[in-house]
Amino acid sequence: MRLKHLSDIALALMLARWKQTLVAAIGVTFSIALFVTLLGFMEGLNKLLDGIVLNRTPHIRLYNDIQPSKLQPIDISKEFKNYHNFISSVKPGKKRREIYNAQQIINKLERDDRILGLAPKITDQVFYNLGNIDLNGVINGLEVEQEAKLFAFSDYIIEGKYQDLQTISNSIIIGQGVAEVINAKLGDVVTVTAAGGEQFPLKVIGFFESGITEIDKVQSFASLSTTRKLLGVSNNYISDIQIKLKDLNIAPTLAIEYEDLFSLDAEDIQTANAQFETGSGVRSIISYAVGITLLIVSGFGIYNILNMLIYEKMDTIAILKATGFAGSDVKKIFISISLSIGVAGAIGGIFFGLLMSLGIDAIPFSAPSLPTVDTYPIDYGIQYYSIAVLFAMLTTYLAGWLPAKKASRVDPVVIIRGK
Amino acid sequence: MGNKVALEARSIYKSFSGPVTVDVLKDVSFSVDRGEYASIIGRSGSGKSTLLYILSTMDTDFTGELLIDGVGVRDKTEKELAAIRNEKIGFVFQFHYLLNEFSAIKNVMLPGFKLNKVSEEELEHNAYGYLKDLGIEKLARKMAYQLSGGEKQRVAIARAMINDPLIIMCDEPTGNLDSKNADIVFNIFKDLTEKYNKTLLVVTHDLDFAKKTGRIIELHDGKVVSE
Repeated sequence: MRLKHLSDIALALMLARWKQTLVAAIGVTFSIALFVTLLGFMEGLNKLLDGIVLNRTPHIRLYNDIQPSKLQPIDISKEFKNYHNFISSVKPGKKRREIYNAQQIINKLERDDRILGLAPKITDQVFYNLGNIDLNGVINGLEVEQEAKLFAFSDYIIEGKYQDLQTISNSIIIGQGVAEVINAKLGDVVTVTAAGGEQFPLKVIGFFESGITEIDKVQSFASLSTTRKLLGVSNNYISDIQIKLKDLNIAPTLAIEYEDLFSLDAEDIQTANAQFETGSGVRSIISYAVGITLLIVSGFGIYNILNMLIYEKMDTIAILKATGFAGSDVKKIFISISLSIGVAGAIGGIFFGLLMSLGIDAIPFSAPSLPTVDTYPIDYGIQYYSIAVLFAMLTTYLAGWLPAKKASRVDPVVIIRGK
Repeated sequence: MGNKVALEARSIYKSFSGPVTVDVLKDVSFSVDRGEYASIIGRSGSGKSTLLYILSTMDTDFTGELLIDGVGVRDKTEKELAAIRNEKIGFVFQFHYLLNEFSAIKNVMLPGFKLNKVSEEELEHNAYGYLKDLGIEKLARKMAYQLSGGEKQRVAIARAMINDPLIIMCDEPTGNLDSKNADIVFNIFKDLTEKYNKTLLVVTHDLDFAKKTGRIIELHDGKVVSE
């Protein structure tokens, strides 16, 4: 029995009931189209939202935390080894935020091939002076080029050029919120007071907007050298080293490794942003569940239509069997009907799914926190299309299998005698 | 050609179980030689159709022995039985049973697709040849549902012959036809045995028809009463 002849028979049976067949195929098309659109949209949003955090957050941050030593002298003492230590509320000693030997650490990290890049940083408290009033703020001293390259710094500059931080001395980019409060315009000079007490006039060369008001109200950015001058610290002062890895997933293990290696505190991105991962995961699960439900429902459609077809074509099945077609041949015929509905539906579904995705992709969408985005995000990942097609094949096969089995068991004698 | 005997039934019993068990066939034994034109007659309910379905291997629920071309059909799988039907038995039914989804010639070719021994072109050529012999080659491309009863029956006969079977079985082949068409069909059958040397086994209640065949097997209440 050649496949061509089986498919000929299957095709003839399908054409005899082409309207129902079409409806079944449209059901599959519809469910696959929605599946890929839904998942593409959901994953697009997930990636966008995660990107807000992930792109801007270092995968590992090395810093000196202000906290008491984990090993207090009494813990080391041999004399009191077997005693219970109940000293509570231990205060940290005088400890600088500075990373010692920062340059050596950076040199060593730069040779580590798991690292994509790193950017040193200085963070400290400042006040923005507005007449008699002082506003709380945080100054970030950046290595501007690295920051732009690794952490998408430039995306959030809404006015001015971030490169000017490097070229214009004593310049600052202030948050949009700060700018509104102190009524600063491009080219204005604002006075900033460091925690140490030194006042410093800085020229505003740009504005920064992250979309999170709390951040925009306090943050400002300057170059490393400007910040050092402001804080009155030495020329190699660094308080943070931000690391971007090639593989995000090794961040927790690497953080522990660096913590031990450099005797610094290390914070990995997973710890810093645990809630984002969870949110994305749950959203994905929900969209997969909805999508797969759609595919299963379309499978029931095929099941129904094939059942009807079999009842209608009992005579045909009986005659095929009487003329020497085995039950397995009949089964193949009906499964191939089901699979052709599945394949045709899947092709249509991919096409319409892509079309719907393109449609959504063209809808304008703007959010202040997402300066780089102007339409709804869509993820065109091939995996959603493959999963949809794979699952559609599976459901249509199963939906065809039961009726086909029934058809293969039709007793020709019963049908022929029944006339 | 090995066996002289095309088909042999050895003491076949068949009963329908239900609230009351009915013995339909009791100790039916006979054989049909190659080239023979035999008819089975009997009244309604005499079990002649039941016997034919058993002989055609479609009904396997019986006791006794059935040998087709010297090979017993007991203990054969459904698949093997289908292959036997396909290769060795041609079937013509009372109700023509063509597949309405196909043209006349495709209907004739269907059992050939299953046998898959010759190329599609050759099969089509053969099918056309049979249709021509039956005088309906003009209808080859017509869809099955567009044909008249007599034409359908002739297409069905062509279908029964396409795999060059050992034996052609007919269940009331003229039961549904007017006398003119019945005559045509009878003459075709006669030609089949004379020209093609085919073995034919016809179930009929039409005594006139049966009388014209080479041999009559009469069934009465599930028993062979005369030959």
